[in-house]
Amino acid sequence: MARWFLLTLVLMVPGLAASEEVVLGLSSDQVSITTSFDGDEILIFGAVKREEPIPTGPPLEVVITVAGPSDPITVWRKARKFGIWVNSDAVEVDLAPSFYAVASSGPLNSVLSNTEDLRYKITVDRAIRSVGAPSGIEDTMSFTDALIRIRENAGLYQNLENAVAVDQQTLFRTAIEMPANLTEGNYATRIFLTRDGQVISDYETVIDVRKVGLERWLFTLSRQQPLLYGLMSLAIAIAAGWGASAAFRLMRNG
Amino acid sequence: MQVYLPIAEVSVNAFLLFGLGGLVGILSGMFGVGGGFLMTPLLFFIGIPPAVAVATEANQIVASSFSGVLAHFRRQTVDLKMGLVLLVGGLIGAAVGVVVFNYLKSLGQVDLLVRLCYVMFLGIVGGLMFIESLNAIRKSRKAGGAPVATRRQRSWVHALPFKMRFRTSGLYISVIPPIGVGILVGILAAIMGVGGGFIMVPAMIYILGMPTKVVVGTSLFQIIFVTAFTTLLHATTNFTVDIVLAVLLLVGGVVGAQIGTQIGLRMKAEQLRILLALMVLVVCGKLAMDLLLQPTELYTLGAPGGH
Repeated sequence: MARWFLLTLVLMVPGLAASEEVVLGLSSDQVSITTSFDGDEILIFGAVKREEPIPTGPPLEVVITVAGPSDPITVWRKARKFGIWVNSDAVEVDLAPSFYAVASSGPLNSVLSNTEDLRYKITVDRAIRSVGAPSGIEDTMSFTDALIRIRENAGLYQNLENAVAVDQQTLFRTAIEMPANLTEGNYATRIFLTRDGQVISDYETVIDVRKVGLERWLFTLSRQQPLLYGLMSLAIAIAAGWGASAAFRLMRNG
Repeated sequence: MQVYLPIAEVSVNAFLLFGLGGLVGILSGMFGVGGGFLMTPLLFFIGIPPAVAVATEANQIVASSFSGVLAHFRRQTVDLKMGLVLLVGGLIGAAVGVVVFNYLKSLGQVDLLVRLCYVMFLGIVGGLMFIESLNAIRKSRKAGGAPVATRRQRSWVHALPFKMRFRTSGLYISVIPPIGVGILVGILAAIMGVGGGFIMVPAMIYILGMPTKVVVGTSLFQIIFVTAFTTLLHATTNFTVDIVLAVLLLVGGVVGAQIGTQIGLRMKAEQLRILLALMVLVVCGKLAMDLLLQPTELYTLGAPGGH
């Protein structure tokens, strides 16, 4: 598989208040979905740039999030009616990321305070936006919990505690596993530096996930020339059917 | 070997798809059913999104039916005239079915309705065929293996006007019942997202009184056109036909259909029917269990606006 290894070191424009800033590197800022795409691993690494000596007190911690494009989604709950199990209640989740990974250098509840989590929407629960629950359903929470559970089981939501290695309070790195069933789009990658649960600096970049080659061509064709695409599908089907029939006849006769 | 499907946006094992295609292809060639009623649930099971599974399955059925019908053409077991009459009904039915489907969608619970449709029709068709073929086998045993001539019964089918001669089937009947059967199957096919062979085959045998040998080829002939129509509809309105998935399935499918046709021609009509009946009943049982037993995950994720 052809894989692009682009090392991009991006220097951030020095902020005003922050005395510690992130200098980031990615093993690749682009994930190419080819026909043989079977998931990918993205290495995220970087350094903390500072003008002063390392501050004393609580150690530096790092939290990294990678979020896929968000879409509205409906969560259905089945209930037993007339002896059979049917979808009965639905909660509309306004925006849920198609992929979400949170990696942290320690247990999340110790490296990040609740208020900071709320402010920056870091954990999966916060990243999902759900407001429009229909009246009559009290336990809205159980629907969003189910959404998270189902996607966690599919490897789409990952909670990676203690997965970021931090050296000398300066260098950090982590690896994020991207599953095979990725959707296209811009994957927002955020890095937070925290001390004592408070975010002292944050940095954002984008990993570009794109279909390439044949995948790209077919996808575009199916959207822009649907009739042609449909006719092409039929032509292939007819040709394959005829080909197999002819081949079999040859085999049986000779 | 993993392959990423561009429309379904999932990665699947190519050999698994070859295998599934082959298996369903064999059944398709043997019984003259498109195999959609088996393949579509199997595709759900390996994680293909339902909308993509239904649309792509239609495309794959075109291939396996075409492969199968060629083998039948060579053996002259296709009643072209009957096929065309059924097709007229089928296309009308498919168009009506799409309207009905969209209406049900606006009411909600279309998923449940499709499942109930499956359970009901598979149950009735499978059960009736099973009993009938069991009786036929018993009778032929008693008569010392002599062929049973039960299909020349005169019924209401023969009392209708607009009679037409169907030479290949050896029938002289009104065109109203075949068109009616075509419409009914077309409606169900559009709602259930299948070719409709499993309803068409028994309807041809029991309502129209066609000989089993001709039924399979004629059913395949008609299915090609109905599923081609469905494929185009899905490709242009929902953009859910995955050509890569279709190719993987049909490579196995067309080969399977050839093998299946050979097997089918060597078997006795009663045996063929009892096997099809059993298969239909097994699928029906599985779907009924899904509705009756408590699922392990009560929650499912769906596209918004689907209710």
